[in-house]
Amino acid sequence: MSDSNLVMYEEEFRKIDAELQKLHQQSNAKVVFLVDKNGQLIASAGETHDIDTTSLASLTAGNIAATGGIARLLGEKEFTILFHEGEKDNIHISLIGQRIILVVIFDSRSSLGLVRLRVKKTSDAIGKIFNEITQKVEKDKGEGKLEESIFAEISDEDIDNLFR
Amino acid sequence: MSFINYSSREINCKIVYYGPGLCGKTTNLQYIYRRTNPEQKGKLISLATESERTLFFDFLPLALGDIKGFRVRFHLYTVPGQVFYAASRKLILKGVDGVVFVADSQLERMESNMESLEDLKINLAEQGYELEKLPYTIQYNKRDLPNIVPVEEMDKLLNIRRVTWFEGVAVTGKGVFETLKAVARQVLFELKKHY
Repeated sequence: MSDSNLVMYEEEFRKIDAELQKLHQQSNAKVVFLVDKNGQLIASAGETHDIDTTSLASLTAGNIAATGGIARLLGEKEFTILFHEGEKDNIHISLIGQRIILVVIFDSRSSLGLVRLRVKKTSDAIGKIFNEITQKVEKDKGEGKLEESIFAEISDEDIDNLFR
Repeated sequence: MSFINYSSREINCKIVYYGPGLCGKTTNLQYIYRRTNPEQKGKLISLATESERTLFFDFLPLALGDIKGFRVRFHLYTVPGQVFYAASRKLILKGVDGVVFVADSQLERMESNMESLEDLKINLAEQGYELEKLPYTIQYNKRDLPNIVPVEEMDKLLNIRRVTWFEGVAVTGKGVFETLKAVARQVLFELKKHY
């Protein structure tokens, strides 16, 4: 398995959440969310109750993956921004540091220009937070802290219980 | 690549169903979807053509329960099996934690099985994985059909790594949960090694 498993801690999660809340307000967006490139939802802000965020996360990642595939065919490294325009809602998708996807859903209360401007600021901040997480994981691994974690005690019985 | 969230106390893992066209990957997911409690599953998403052939992927999020206070979520994906969707198959393997290879037991599909397995190895290698090291299980599907190859023979042909395998009839659900459980177990034990 790849060693680059994504780990999220409470402290960094709060920071990310605060950044997303800020982006949500400042860009007048309906919903903003953050997805791992493999399709796992990391955090969200805004009117998420009507939206199936799990499916949205997976499809967004699929979208980015497909677009990335097209980019490579054309000799581009990646297309870092995707924008889909609908009748009412629009969706702005951008890549942060090749790894994280930032999604903003907005309607006529906002504009593409405003979203782009605010996304840029948030991307820098979130990029930094993820760098902090990477350093923290490396440090914990080095000190052997993570090995004492919950996973050390997973048993066959735990797994049987999942499939009961 | 799993995602461990200490903040929301969740573990997310990605499992990919691989295999030749029409071997029953989507059928596996459909059965799991039908037989899981509503509170344990999300929507089953199928990006398929009008004739119900998988175009990009199927996706089913499952949250079967907790381990040590962490909610365990499995994200199940299938790849499009048809040969010409090679580019899409590669993308779906990104960040995979475990693979199920669904083989079609019919005699005339043996060559397709072998081709697909070779394709899997190549595509994994491109993402920096080795099939030999990944949580992996095999399902010999369609055991209810006539003209099938004995399991022992298929095993010799396809199961080089000697992993756990299951006989399956995905349409009726035979072997479906057994297969999922086997790969899930390996994925979680792999986490144990790394964290």
